[in-house]
Parts: sequence; structure tokens; C-alpha cells
Amino acid sequence: MKLELRNITKRFGTLVANDKISLTLAPGEILSLLGENGAGKSTLMNVLYGLLQPDEGQILLDDKAVKFSGPGEAMASGIGMVHQHFMLIPVFTVAENVVLGNEPTGKVGNLDLEAARKLVKEISDRFGFDIDPDARVQDLPVGAQQRVEIIKSLARDAKILVLDEPTAVLTPQETDELMDIMRGLSKNGTSIIFITHKLREVQKVADRIIVIRQGKVVSEASPKATAGELASLMVGREVDLDTKKKAAKLGAETLVVKNLTVLDDRNQQMVDGISFSVNDGEILAIAGVQGNGQTELAEAILGLRKIHSGSITVAGKDLTKSNVRQVLEAGVGYIPEDRKKDGLVGEFTIAENLMLDGSFGKPFAKGVQIDFAKRDEIASKLIQEFDIRTPSAGTFAKQLSGGNQQKVVVAREMSRDLRVLIASQPTRGVDVGSIEFIHEQIVAARDAGKTVVIISTELDEVLALADRIAVMYRGRIVGIVDAKTTREKLGKMMAGIAA
Amino acid sequence: MSKKKEVAAKPAQDKATSVLHEIMAGDPVRIALSVLLGFIIGAIFMVVFDKSVVKAWANFGSDPSMALSTVWWTIQDGYGALFTGSIINFGADSFVTAIRPFTETLRFAAPLIMAGLGVALTFRVGLFNIGATGQILVGLAGSTFVATRLEMPIIIHMLVAVFAAVVCAMVWGMIVGVLKARTGAHEVIVTIMLNYVALSLFTYLLREPNLLLEEGGGGTPKSDNPDDTARLGLLFGPDFQLHYGLIFAVLSVIFYWWLMEKSTFGFRFRMVGHNPSAAKAAGIKVENTFVWALAISAGFSGLAAANQGLSVDGGLTTSIEAGIGFDAITVALLGGSRAGGVVLAGLLFGAFKAGSATMQVAGVSPEVLGVVKALIVLFIAAPPIIRAFYRLPAPGIKVIEATQKAKEEKVIK
Amino acid sequence: MKNVEVTPGMFSSATVRPSLKTPITLVVASLVVLVFFGFLGKAGDISFVWSDKREALQLPPFIVNSMFFCTIVGAVLLMIGLLSVALSIRGTRTPVWLIAIYSLGAMMALLGWLATEATQGVQMIFILSNTLVLAIPLIFGGMAGIMSERVGVVNIAIEGQLLTGAFVSAIVGSMTKNLYVGLIAAMIAAALLSTVLASLAIKYLVEQIIIGVLLNVLVIGVTNFLYSAWVDDDSINLNFPGTFEKLPIPLLSEIPVLGQVLFNNRITVYLMFILVPLLWYVLFRTKLGLRARAVGEHPLAADTVGINVAKTRFWWVTIGGAVAGLGGAALTIGNVGSFGREMSAGLGFIALAVVILGRWQPIYVTLGALLFGFTIILKVWANQVSPGIPVDFITMVPYLVTLLAVAGFAGRVKPPAASGQPYVKG
Repeated sequence: MKLELRNITKRFGTLVANDKISLTLAPGEILSLLGENGAGKSTLMNVLYGLLQPDEGQILLDDKAVKFSGPGEAMASGIGMVHQHFMLIPVFTVAENVVLGNEPTGKVGNLDLEAARKLVKEISDRFGFDIDPDARVQDLPVGAQQRVEIIKSLARDAKILVLDEPTAVLTPQETDELMDIMRGLSKNGTSIIFITHKLREVQKVADRIIVIRQGKVVSEASPKATAGELASLMVGREVDLDTKKKAAKLGAETLVVKNLTVLDDRNQQMVDGISFSVNDGEILAIAGVQGNGQTELAEAILGLRKIHSGSITVAGKDLTKSNVRQVLEAGVGYIPEDRKKDGLVGEFTIAENLMLDGSFGKPFAKGVQIDFAKRDEIASKLIQEFDIRTPSAGTFAKQLSGGNQQKVVVAREMSRDLRVLIASQPTRGVDVGSIEFIHEQIVAARDAGKTVVIISTELDEVLALADRIAVMYRGRIVGIVDAKTTREKLGKMMAGIAA
Repeated sequence: MSKKKEVAAKPAQDKATSVLHEIMAGDPVRIALSVLLGFIIGAIFMVVFDKSVVKAWANFGSDPSMALSTVWWTIQDGYGALFTGSIINFGADSFVTAIRPFTETLRFAAPLIMAGLGVALTFRVGLFNIGATGQILVGLAGSTFVATRLEMPIIIHMLVAVFAAVVCAMVWGMIVGVLKARTGAHEVIVTIMLNYVALSLFTYLLREPNLLLEEGGGGTPKSDNPDDTARLGLLFGPDFQLHYGLIFAVLSVIFYWWLMEKSTFGFRFRMVGHNPSAAKAAGIKVENTFVWALAISAGFSGLAAANQGLSVDGGLTTSIEAGIGFDAITVALLGGSRAGGVVLAGLLFGAFKAGSATMQVAGVSPEVLGVVKALIVLFIAAPPIIRAFYRLPAPGIKVIEATQKAKEEKVIK
Repeated sequence: MKNVEVTPGMFSSATVRPSLKTPITLVVASLVVLVFFGFLGKAGDISFVWSDKREALQLPPFIVNSMFFCTIVGAVLLMIGLLSVALSIRGTRTPVWLIAIYSLGAMMALLGWLATEATQGVQMIFILSNTLVLAIPLIFGGMAGIMSERVGVVNIAIEGQLLTGAFVSAIVGSMTKNLYVGLIAAMIAAALLSTVLASLAIKYLVEQIIIGVLLNVLVIGVTNFLYSAWVDDDSINLNFPGTFEKLPIPLLSEIPVLGQVLFNNRITVYLMFILVPLLWYVLFRTKLGLRARAVGEHPLAADTVGINVAKTRFWWVTIGGAVAGLGGAALTIGNVGSFGREMSAGLGFIALAVVILGRWQPIYVTLGALLFGFTIILKVWANQVSPGIPVDFITMVPYLVTLLAVAGFAGRVKPPAASGQPYVKG
């Protein structure tokens, strides 16, 4: 089936998420939509899939204009979508998930689960997926869940398959398998739109590349283009992520993690007996594919998550059994990976957010009362210092842009009396200008002799900031290497292959 | 650089003005309109189910002006009686009787305000506490025991009885907090269950000769009158029933305002209410905060209990709770969980209670006020109704922001 | 180069001891029965009476020594408790049927202990049939709760729906002199009330718990007003509907004990017999149910496969309201025969508890409702056979059981994942 999008425009309030986007997709073609986080790729695909209505523009299938008022209609027209975050119901079985919305039924509207199982088995066998139709989705590993999503689309005879950031949660090996699946599908005539911001994957599998920036199609590129060319198209300027930094001046060994094991809510060992140490004046970057235990590691250090075994010390002080407040008071600063969830209170003003962890004593509190004058004084000082762009300190945090929100978090954490800084995905969803600023701040902290740990899934960020790199895979550290290690080698380590 | 700054600051400014717009076009006006609409619908209820109106309308053909005027008179009688019974009685022969109605409103409002503050506090910590009823009952058990079974000097006896009510209620509230903190049980269901448990417990205590049962009493659960030394004294002499409960209410309001707006406890309470996971990352023990919030909240209910139990005449039964625990929820909702709002909401509902008797005398069923009350709060809790009715514009930018946020979350999730 | 060793699955799992809360609760309760009712129990005889005097076929009463009976029952309960401990250590959850048998045993011991030496004995038919009739409004209310929570809408307004049903069925039944019309009117009225909850919750995203509470306040206000301003003055014509006839089912109603209890009832009870299994079937065996549960678990996922989330939620909540209306009618024209002020008296909140106790499963919820029905009649009956017993504590039991259940003592209680969460469509 041939797909054409013509001048699709989608606005959210004053934000133009898609600005007159046009593209075509030939049968059996693999088209890659490349763009930064927030460039408007997912919005475009949600429009195509009927989840959002375009404000302007047309969708044409085999040259006929169509309008989808919901995903049901899009599916009926042969469009399938595998969302970045799986649209599976965890407590249902694979078969139930696959047929949901399109159920085979008996005489009285009763479910024909036998037919559903056969359907799953048949598709699963055809593509060598090896999926048990009766397994509960919540018990399956992530890669298998993704295959269930693909089966779901194929079961509905999808002729066009949209894959939205499908590799974000996969290991390199699983990613390779997915690439094979994509090629197999395209050989069978299924067209694929592959959304990603990872250059190397695009080069590997795409027939054609369309680059989107700030809601607009900026260019079409061939997969033969170099990574550098693609990257500069994506961000709109020559990227120079090598933050200028002086050689590290190592001080005392400050943060020591020994044989640390941390469980998640389902008792899986998300952190599996790892050890490392970081010195003053050093940045250790923890790299790895998302979901390999990095989040749990950060939470354990901060005292947010119970430690199953092992120990954590900061400057000789044992923090293994400490609660968050004790950890903060020991001089640990924390920039959480999800600022909206863990770093800010959206309904609080900037001034209030800047004292979030400071309500227990000076300078923000006098006894049990808030010192409002002092609070406002500190707020205006930090707004100046950290270049937070806001009309006033009384503005609510939820009204700020992502970059400015992150600066509020950074300002709060760095303005305390700090020994150790833990920064988890410090620049996720942040504009390029703010990224630079935040990187500079992190390096400045290290140059001031602080101990810094950054956790990042972005290799570029890791390579730009790190003095040493630890790679995590399935809860373990595959190896700790120096900052000059090649991307290829780091990629292999991220797949669990030790150097 | 400066150019960049301008561009970046602009959307934030747009949004800031939208918030201003929300406040201007929003709350006070909307609340006033809700109250008005509630009274209008209440009037319709009064009229439609009034026999003289029905009769007059049956003769509409012969005497249409009569039909219309009966409608008017019914409404005037009803709401007029409400005014006379709760604010000022202009027909009174002396100043004292003229202003007595307002003091009655204050008397009825006091426990509603105290319990309402309790519920309001939990709302702001992000908890939905339906447990004021049970906390009041347990508080009553405490204060009644002190007031009927212990002997103490005047005033001290009263203070100890009030203290007992507060402590008992706080313990009951803490149970909710501990269950929620330790087991993750939802506070709505826990508080509902504990209300029933408290009712049974209180009835049992009232039946037990060694505990609360009145001297020489039989099987009916009823206690003695509180000792004179423990009673809440009258504030303005025997002409008015208004008692010291009002002072406790005023002190509660001041304390609540200080706690929530000025103190660091309130700051942490509100933080937990808006975003518990950020609070956790900021070193706050969210579970403990729940326990304390529920305990302090219950303390306010305990004051309401003391107000009821130490001002009663002729012994006390389970009916002394008088639906205050449930009304407290509506008071907190109507008052937006702020100190000032709760006071106004408590006064309105107190006036409803005070005016009921005069309405009854005027021949209008005071039960209509129950409808008015429910409607007002429903309209306030559900802004779309009131907007649709008055054709108010939706606060545009805010809504777009909300959906955009939801969308972002959806895409991110 | 070598690969890092990993166990199958994404991560290796640590072994953690399973929770022993349920088994320990069972063991403790069985020890109470064994020690207090058995060893330290009453010396006299208990007589379990199985037949009504009117019945053709009379079963002889079962007479047994109280201490002996309670000791035996206590021992059996203890064995079940220990079995449950053993199961838990092996990582298996205690099956619900075992808990049902356990509860039944505990109830028999309690009844026997209370009625030791009482002349009338334990009147099983009286107790069981009243348990059933008193549980009917709770069961319908519980089904309404399941229907809305399974699609992700928290329904605190069951109380209001029951009260609406009770009021409308009594008034319409009286005015039309036709109870069936009253029944249908009750269902329609309660369904209409539910549409308010549904539309405010689904379309306008108002906090569901708050609307629920406020709808209850509204219904109480309106029925109180109508009752005092209108109905009470003319109750002969407006509030005197009477009740449905009892319809004994031929043959089945002749079965000893069970026949009288189950098959000699009013239509409201028979409707329950049909509705509960029907709801179970629809929820777990049909397309409609699969979609409804999908909406309640993960509305966005349901949306992406073309299920209309808002519509699904709206209809399930509304029809649930009609079912609750039926429960309200069961209070008036199915039992008492007239409407009284605030006569639902918290049954709607108990229904809410029963839904949680029964883990959102129609059959279990029905069992939970029967437990509450049992304690309501037990309170009345215990006062007769054993005066001086603190009945207030009996009243407390089901609430305490519910508290234990939500506190995780009766196995893991997991509501539908999206319950209470509004769904914003893009």
C-alpha cells in the first residue's frame, strides 16, 4: 500500500508540533524518521494512527484521501503501530492482547480463545518469534513484549507498520534481531516507518531517511550519508559536543560502592552485586541501555530504594542504611532522571522549588517557620546565577520550559554544600542551549573538587563529560574503562560483552 | 544571547497571564454563581412541592396573578425564614432577640469549621479522608468519659475533657495513617470502615455501666450529662446559647492558617500533596507525613467532638455526632481547603442548620437546604456544570495546557 | 571476550519468603475458636434446627455438646490454617474455596456457642434465608461497583444509587399499583444518576471520589426533602407499595433446608441468581468483558486498538447504576414494603467494601456480601438467644475483616490498574 502525508499541521496551543509535514512511503519500503526528542516525530505518527486529529493537511492511502477519527479506523485501513511504550495489558495473556479490539467470537458473543491462540501461533511460527500465546504479558521480557506488539499489528493485516523508537529499551543484540525482523517484513511487502533518534540504526536498515527538526521536514537523506551529516541535519548546526574541560585533578576517594545488590518491586536483582569508587574531582559516567539497573542504582545511593546487600560510603561515612534526608545531609546532590516526577513540584513556585529539600533548617527555616525573606533572596540569587528564564520567582514550575525546569533542579542541588553529585540523565528533554549550560555546570563542579557520577543512556553525553566510564548491563558492571574508549567497544560492552 | 532570552521567556509569560486570568475569571465569581444557582434550584424544589402553590396553579386559568404571587410568597417565606433564623430577626422586640439568630449560626458553624479544617488538611496532603465521623465518635467517647466519670476543678475539667477528645480522635486518625503507610491500604475505604467500627465501639461504650452508661440507665445506649465543671460555658450569658466552642473554632482557624501557610510542616504537607515522589527525593518521609497529617486532621475533628459532647443537654447518644463528620467534607470542598474558605463555608452551612427551625415554623420543609447544600458543592467541585449553565467561557489556555501535558505524558510513557 | 553470565529472563530473581499474613490470620482465628469456644466454652448442648415447622418434610434437629462441637470445629479450622501455612511456604496462595469452608466452619461454631442451651436452638432456615435477603441489596450494589471499577471509574455513589432505587421503586410502585413498573423505574432513575457520575468523571475529568461523595449527599438531600415535603403527608397513596409475592419454585423449594432458603423467594432474589453468573460470564468470557477489562487496566492501550474508552466507561457505569437501582428496589418492594428516610443507611459503602473484599470478582463479591448479610441477622438473633452478649462487637466484625483485607491480610488485593484515573484522549 502506498502512503502519502500532505502538509500535516498539528498545534498544541501556541506550540506547533508538526508544521506542514509532507512525505510518501512506497510499498515494502523502510522509511526512517530521524529527529531529536521533541522534534515532532511521535506527534506525526499519532496523527497518522488516528490518535490525534491534524489541524490541517491530508492523509492519502493509495492516492485516496482518508480521515481517521480513531485508531480503530486507521487499523482497519491497514496501518499498525508499535508504540515506544507498549500498548499491552499486563494482566492479559498474549492471545488476549493480540485479539483485543478484533476478537474472534462464538455464537453468543463469547470469546473464541482457541482461534486467538492459533492466530498467535501461526504468526509467531511464520516469523520465528517463539511466543507462547498463553503467557501473561507481564511475565515476558521486554524484547518478547515488543514481538507481541508486532504480532498484534500483523494479526490485523497491517500493510504499513509504524515503529516508534523501538530500540530504546533493547540491547544491541535485540536491536539486531529487530532489524532482521524489519527486513523480513519489508520483503513480504509490509512498509515500515521507523522512528528513531539513533543514527547508526538508521544507517543500517533504512531505505530512505527523512529528518525532522522542530516540527518541520528539514531534508531527505540517503542511508549512505555519514553520521556527522545526519547529526548536523538533526540538530540544525554542526554538533560539537566535546565540552572543553581541563584534565581531572583527582582528590580523595569519596564515593565507594561495594557489592551492592538492589531489588525491584518484583524481587528481581536490578543491581546485582556491583562495586566501584569515585574520587573527588572526577566524573564517572555510568553508561548502558535504559533499564539495565541504572535507575535503581541511583535510587539506592540516594536512599530511595532499600539496599538488599552491600554497602555505600561517602567520605568514609557509611550510608548503607541511611534514609534520603541523611544522605542529603551527608552532602549528596541528586538530579533525578525524571524531573517532573522526582525533581519538582509543578504546583509550587520556583522559590518554593528551590527550597524543596531545605525545609528542615537554615537558611530557609527559622525554627518551624519558613523564613520568607531569606527564601526570596536566595531564589533571586539562584535565578540570576543559573540563568533560569522566568518572569519572576513566583512563577509556577510547571509553567517553565523543560530546560528551565532542569536548571531549577540543577540550581537547587548545586547550591547546597555538596560532596557528591549524582546526575541521572541530566539533559533529557532539554533544549540544546540548556544542555551546554548544564554540562558546563557539571564540569565546573568537578573542577571545584566535587565527586560526580552521571548516569546517561546517551553515548554522546557520556563521551563528552566522563573521566571514566562504567558500563552497566543486566544489573552488573561489564567493565570500567577510560574516556578514550571507542564507541564500538562501548557498544559491545552495552551488549554485555566484556572487553 | 539577549535575543535568545526573550524568545525563551515568552511562553512562560503567556502562561503566567493565563493563570491570572484563571484567578480573575475563576474562583470567587464561580463560587458566587454556584451558590446562587444552588439557591435557585432549591427555590424550584420548594415551589413545586408546596401544596398552596400547586393549588393556586390548578386555578391558573381563573386567577393567574394569584398563582404567580403564591410562587413568590413561598420562596420569600422559605428563604426569609432562613434569613430570620440565621442572621438577624428584624421582627424582634429587643436587640438581644434580634441578633440571637446570628449567634446560633456561629454556634452551629463552630464544629463544622473545626471538623472541616481537619478534612481540608488531609485534602492538601493529597488524601481523601472520609473518617471525620468516626474520629468525632471516638473523640466523644474520650471527652464524655472525662466529663462524666472524673472529678476535677472547673475549667481544668473542661480543658482535660477537650484534651481527651483530641487525643482519642488523633489515635483513631493515626490508625488510618499507619494502615496506609504500612500496607498501602486506600484511605477512603479504611476511613469508611473505621467510621462503622467507631460507631459500634461508641454504642458499646454507651451501653457499658462501668464506662459511659448513664447512672441507673438500662439497655439504651445513653450517657449522663457532662458535669457542670466540664461544660463549655456560655459566652454571652444566658440570653445566648453560644458557648466557648466558638473560641476553640477561632483558635483552630488561626492555627490551621499558620500551619499550612507559614510553617515548614505545612510546606512539607503541601509538597507531599502535590508530588509525593518529589517529596521523597527531597528527603521527606512521605509515609510518616501521612500518619502525622491524618493525626492532626483527626485532632481538629476531636475539637468538634468536644464542642458537641461538652455542650449537650440531657445526656448524649450517638446522634450527637449530627452528621458533622460528613458535612465536614462538603465544608472543606466548598472552602477550597483554605482557612478563610472553610470559615465561610462553615458559616453558610451553620446558617442552614440555624435557620432550619424557623423554616419549619414558616411551613417550608427545611430539608430543601440539604438539596441546596449538595448542589452548591457539586457545582463547585464540577466547574463544567456551572460554566455550561451560565455560558461562561472555558479558561482557554489552561485547558490547552492541560491536554498538552496529558499528551506529552502519553508520548513519554 | 566473554559474555556476562545471566539467568534466563531479563534479570536474576532473588528468593524472598512469601507473605504469611493470610495463614497467620487463619491460625490465630482458629485458636480463638478452639480455646474460647472449645476448651473454655460452655458446657450445655446446642441444637441445630434444620426445618421450619410448616414444612412437609421434617429433618430431626442435630443436638451436640457445645464444648465438644466447638473443639472439633476449632481443630478442623486449625488444620486448615496450618495447611495454608504450608501452602504459603511453598509459595502457593491459599485458595478462596478453602477460606470459604473455613468461614463456614467458624460461623457454625459461633452460632452454636451463642445458642448453647437456648430453647429455640440454632434456627438455620431463619438465619440463612435472612442472610440471603439482607445481602441482596449489597450484592446488587457490589455488582454495580464491579461494573464501574472494572472499567476504571471509582464508584462511591453506590449509596446514592441504592437510595434512589429504594425511593423511586416505592413511590412509582405505589402510584402505579404495579411493582414491576416500580422496579423498572428504580433501575432507570439510578441509571440516570449514574450518567451524572459517568459524564462528570469521563468527559469533565472531575475527581471521581468527590463526585461520588457529593452525589450521595445530593440524593440524601433530595429524598429527605421529597419525603418530608411530599410523600409523608400522603403515604397511603405514595409510599405503600407492599412487596413482591414469594414465588416458590416447584420441586426445588421442597428440598430440605436449601429449598426454603434459596427457592422460596421474591423475584429480586431470583434476579440476583441470574445476574451474578451472567456478569461473571460477560466479564471473563466475552468480547464485551475483555474490552471492558482492557479499558480498566490500560485505557490508552484499549484506545490504540480502536476501543472507544469513553463510551465503554459510560455504558458500564450507567448499566451498573441500573443494577444498583435494582438493589434499592430490593430494599423496599423486595423486603420492607415502604420507603424510609435514608433507609440505605450506609449499605452502599458496605457494598464498596464488599467489592474490594471480593477482589472485583462477581462470585467472590457475592460471598462477601453474604458475610455482611449474615452479621446483620446475627446481631438481631444473638440478642434473642443470648441476651447480654455485646452485639456491637458482632456488628464490627465484617468491617474489621474488610480492614484486614485491604491491609493485605487476605492475600494481595489488586484493583484494576486504571481505576480512578481519568483518560484524556489526544
